[in-house]
Amino acid sequence: MEYFLQQLINGITLGSIYGLIAIGYTMVYGIIGMINFAHGDVFMVGSVAAFLVILGIGLTGGSGLLLILLALILVAAVAMIVASAYNWTIERLAYKPLRGSFRLAPLISAIGMSIVLQEFVRVNQEGRPKPVQPIVTGGYELMTRVTETGEFIVRLTNMQILIIVSTLILMAVFTILIQKTSLGRAQRACEQDMKMASLLGIDVDRTISITFIMGAALAAFAGLMFFLYYGVTDFFVGFLAGIKAFTAAVLGGIGSLPGAMLGGLIIGLIETMWSAYFTVEYKDVAAFTVLVIVLIFMPQGLLGKPEVEKV
Amino acid sequence: MAAQDAASARPAYDWPAILKDLAGTAIVSMLLMVPIVSYKSVITQYSLVLEARWGTVFTILGIILAARLLMHLFVWNRPPAALPAAKSSGPAKASLTDRIGPWVFPVLVAFAILLPIISGGDRRTIDLSIYILTYIMLAWGLNIVVGLAGLLDLGYVAFYAVGAYAYALLSTIYFPYWFGDGMLPWAFYITLPLAGLLAALWGVILGFPVLRLRGDYLAIVTLAFGEIIRLVLINWFSFTNGPQGITVPKATFFGLPFSAGPGGFADFFGIEHNRIYYYIFLYYVILILALVTYFVTNRLRRLPIGRAWEALREDEIACRSLGINTTNTKLTAFAIGAMFGGFAGCFFATRQGFVSPESFVFIESAIILAVVVLGGLGSQIGIVFAAIAIMGSFELFRELTIFQDYLPEGTDPVHFRMLAVGLAMVLMMRFRPRGFVTRRQPTVFLKERKAVSGDLVKEGHG
Repeated sequence: MEYFLQQLINGITLGSIYGLIAIGYTMVYGIIGMINFAHGDVFMVGSVAAFLVILGIGLTGGSGLLLILLALILVAAVAMIVASAYNWTIERLAYKPLRGSFRLAPLISAIGMSIVLQEFVRVNQEGRPKPVQPIVTGGYELMTRVTETGEFIVRLTNMQILIIVSTLILMAVFTILIQKTSLGRAQRACEQDMKMASLLGIDVDRTISITFIMGAALAAFAGLMFFLYYGVTDFFVGFLAGIKAFTAAVLGGIGSLPGAMLGGLIIGLIETMWSAYFTVEYKDVAAFTVLVIVLIFMPQGLLGKPEVEKV
Repeated sequence: MAAQDAASARPAYDWPAILKDLAGTAIVSMLLMVPIVSYKSVITQYSLVLEARWGTVFTILGIILAARLLMHLFVWNRPPAALPAAKSSGPAKASLTDRIGPWVFPVLVAFAILLPIISGGDRRTIDLSIYILTYIMLAWGLNIVVGLAGLLDLGYVAFYAVGAYAYALLSTIYFPYWFGDGMLPWAFYITLPLAGLLAALWGVILGFPVLRLRGDYLAIVTLAFGEIIRLVLINWFSFTNGPQGITVPKATFFGLPFSAGPGGFADFFGIEHNRIYYYIFLYYVILILALVTYFVTNRLRRLPIGRAWEALREDEIACRSLGINTTNTKLTAFAIGAMFGGFAGCFFATRQGFVSPESFVFIESAIILAVVVLGGLGSQIGIVFAAIAIMGSFELFRELTIFQDYLPEGTDPVHFRMLAVGLAMVLMMRFRPRGFVTRRQPTVFLKERKAVSGDLVKEGHG
């Protein structure tokens, strides 16, 4: 029971990170119907930028709590702006000219862009892993059980609290943005019918650009959290995290925001539980298998709408 | 509109707009470069420190701004060229390619056959040629799936892995166990068809459940399958020996091993033993395999199944309404593509003398895909040139020390090669989505063959 509870906490933390990345996939897919294959690498750019800023301002775990929080907000802001600039540029250079091209063109272009981002970061920052000392330390002991081999303590670390709480806040802000503002209304309109929306005076190009920026900002935040949680990042983290987040987006129903979050949580839990109760080596196989199964048997996902093929 | 009319009369520059655009470019470029380019983490004796590289940043910024300014001054303000003028140059070009076109392939083949003689038995040239030919074959195999049938397969390397591991496992464990060691010299020849069949079987197994999916979902699922197979190869230690890989025996010349001493290849033909014979032999093996791939694909294209593939690529719904069984059509494309991947894998294993899961990572699939894409999705000759360009440039980058003087210290030009491949994919999709050889030869025609310019061939037209 205690073991399960601990895995639940770990899984929800991991799932929050996946959920934040998945939102970027789901929003872009919702509007222009393409898989932004480079999105995982935008997440990576965010985490590497966060690493550089943290190193630059010399942030360590020794500072006061308030100082750490303020510094992290600064780091997050920089990472989000940088990643947004990347995603915006990618959209302008690699995707926008391809609207109306043949079916596979945007996806191939996105794969190319994903390679470009990885190699760009590798060329500039070298391939070795980039570590950080724990910054947000400490935590709470929720439960203790004494067993024959020692005691098993269920821990909820401050880092986990930070991830879960900030994810909740970002989700809330985001939901309000989509539901209440004119920008969100424009996005939802483009999602339903791009041509009609542009006839009604919505700047479709701008809306798509903003969607990419928002997705990138969330991914960059996830990148920062991922970096702080695992304490390490490199140029390749975006590949696996990106695929898992994509799985989350499809599982939740692509195009649906709550779905992306739900899917993220489920994927995070599956991965953690699999590692805890089965084999760690096959945890990625488990995630990929979930992806395959979901795509084959329920491509509309949990909260998505079934798609009708149009001629 | 008024401004454009004025511009067509005499180049008048809209300076405020240009400056605004340049300022925007500068801001975005700086955001892209700070901090990823401007600071680099360096390990010193005690800790990680940042090393500023503002010189590089401002150089790049200057280049970008200058390029954009020049575009503003000389390209973007040009009045749009009259369309008919652009069209009229089309037929002249087409007739030129018409005359040269049929000769390209025979000349290439003749060159390839004579290459070991031309190169004078140079080990490096032959090695590089084997390397390029392997990718040409893989790309021709993938071309069936991506270029002809229009199914984006991101896990092609899985079939390559199946072929390689089929050879490795059969020749080291199962053949000696089943038939004794006498079989071993022939292992390559027996395994080659088996590897193809196994890969095709895997193609069917993996393809069957996923072929109902739409294009982009299909791509992701094949990617997932590719990764699953690789992870299983890594982790299933008792079967595949995990990440340590398997050392496999070399191929023989129809039973004659390439070794010094009696009973070897050199001894049998009464020539002096030289290791280069083995590489020349491998070269011809892969050349034959690649040519088989080429001819089989070309014949298939003219069969009903091949026509169905191409129809499927252009419009799946129309295909279905015309009574084509899309599932079977996709499945054959998948299986045949996989089969050639399996052959290539088997060859790869014997050439390397060693297989490990490290050789079958996603980036390998991406490179093969890049060859197909740069060759122009569906063009077989284009693939040859793309493979030579990409693989040759890989070698070139490896040797480029000229760059080293201009690059920031500690940067390895080798790292730039994948960057270049990725960029090439993006640029290709943007400017030449149907490849450099844009002419498409229709395989079905009513009265006469009409060449259709690839520029006109978009989804459903041409």
